[in-house]
Amino acid sequence: MFIVNSPVLETKQVHENIYIQKIHSPEIARLIKPGQFLNIRVSENTFPLLRRPFSICDVDGENISLMFNILGEGTRILSHKHPGDFVDILGPLGNGFNLEGDHKTAIIVAGGLGAAPFPFLTRKIINNKKIISFVGGRTKQDVITYGLENLVLSSDDGSIGFTGNVVQSLENNLDKIEIASSKVFACGPNAMLRVLKDFCLKHNIDCEVSTECAMACGFGICQGCPIESTSNSDKYLLVCKDGPVFNVKDVVI
Amino acid sequence: MSKVDLSVKIGSLQLRNPIMLASGTVGYGNEISEFSNLNKLGAIVTKSLSLNPRKGNPPQRIVETPAGMLNAIGLANVGVDEFLKEKIPFLKKYDVPLICNIAASTVEEYVECTRILDSEETIKAFEINVSCPNVKDGGLQFGNDKNAVGNVTAKVRAVTNKPLIIKLSPNVSYISEFAQVVKDEGGDAVSAINTLVGTAFNIFTRKPKIFNINGGLSGPAIKPVALAKVLEISRKVDIPIIGIGGIMNWKDIIEFMIVGSSAVQIGTLNFIDPTAPEKMITELEDYCIANKVEKLSDLTASYII
Repeated sequence: MFIVNSPVLETKQVHENIYIQKIHSPEIARLIKPGQFLNIRVSENTFPLLRRPFSICDVDGENISLMFNILGEGTRILSHKHPGDFVDILGPLGNGFNLEGDHKTAIIVAGGLGAAPFPFLTRKIINNKKIISFVGGRTKQDVITYGLENLVLSSDDGSIGFTGNVVQSLENNLDKIEIASSKVFACGPNAMLRVLKDFCLKHNIDCEVSTECAMACGFGICQGCPIESTSNSDKYLLVCKDGPVFNVKDVVI
Repeated sequence: MSKVDLSVKIGSLQLRNPIMLASGTVGYGNEISEFSNLNKLGAIVTKSLSLNPRKGNPPQRIVETPAGMLNAIGLANVGVDEFLKEKIPFLKKYDVPLICNIAASTVEEYVECTRILDSEETIKAFEINVSCPNVKDGGLQFGNDKNAVGNVTAKVRAVTNKPLIIKLSPNVSYISEFAQVVKDEGGDAVSAINTLVGTAFNIFTRKPKIFNINGGLSGPAIKPVALAKVLEISRKVDIPIIGIGGIMNWKDIIEFMIVGSSAVQIGTLNFIDPTAPEKMITELEDYCIANKVEKLSDLTASYII
């Protein structure tokens, strides 16, 4: 991990309130893996003061992409970066998804902005494995398909795809998937990950989840991002350093 | 141009420069060593240690506020035994004074932690955190009770000859009275200030943003408060002061020294730019050269009021 100032190439809106920012950062592009994240300082002012964590959305040659929505001042400033403006990046951080293993199908389960890490994962996985992407959200506006393939869509209100949450959508398609040779890669709100955990344990499916938590540093010194471990109740794991990707069996969500 | 003398003294503790990394913002040194050459710094202060490991608070532990942040980590730490076994070997590799910060729930625990750590030669000084936990009897915060601070200082003093620094709470009316008690009971220096008690609420859920409800406010938002507290101590008590509170650049260090600090600690900034403290060393030199300051320590309490 290191700090690097990298120029923005473009910032484009790809969906309602969803932005993709492409940044020329060969240093990061060379090292980062799907599921890892970057902690970005959007300005040198004292507000926002802290860096903002973003999962790596995609890597293409020497360029990296971030996906974000405008949630507060930090993301608003980031969305206004023009080509040539620099972003101050600290990374690569955390542990990414484990794409090794003998599973034949990668099942992506993404809720809302939880789709962010999967374009890169799709790019990395597609050559040797089958991929199926379950993408859901509250409404049509929250279903983000950017960079994903072989889509199965769902929305809570039925405005697009299957009516129900993304885990129900997965369950609904169970007969079409060879569960025994599949591995789930998931990211989304905790409520979704909790239901998914139960589902995967019930069906004995290997599953990795990307978690999130408010944090300051992103590399273990602030101790701000605890997550309960299933194996040792005396000690928290840290989302930034021990995660953000965990095997779903290892953490209490 | 000959080099400026950046060295400072805190009691018998000699530092190559006044820049220390504050407790709770450097862990046990390993992560930050990837960004910064620890050997260039004045000193590093460990995350608060308690006798036994502490799990700390559930999430959410941190929230950003204007020009600052609130934290309620809950003193999560590995405990003294694991610290000595697992963390000290790494820290031994560096030639930077190591200061152990100790946080405990009882006077006896402060004494026991200090006694156990005292024989480890890598540890050059102790910083006692009296600004967080509760006492067994009475339930008052240590840091708010002059007698408790005096008692802890005296009892810990009795088990170590190493420099003893007491980290004071700003959540009191007259911080100088606490610094006086520390001096009277044999403490060598005070760190000022620890975080200010604060909170933040979500206006839609009406719930606190952090699990612990209250947290400690740090960052540039608290710098004016910290400067005032350091100045108050400096004017009333003859004791070395380590200034802490929202330092973001070398100018802040100079300002803290002018109002009375012998050295400073950098905290929240380490989360944002862990390379910044090391960079400030040459900036301090440049300031001294430009302003004809031969010894940086001459700035301490050089205020003109």
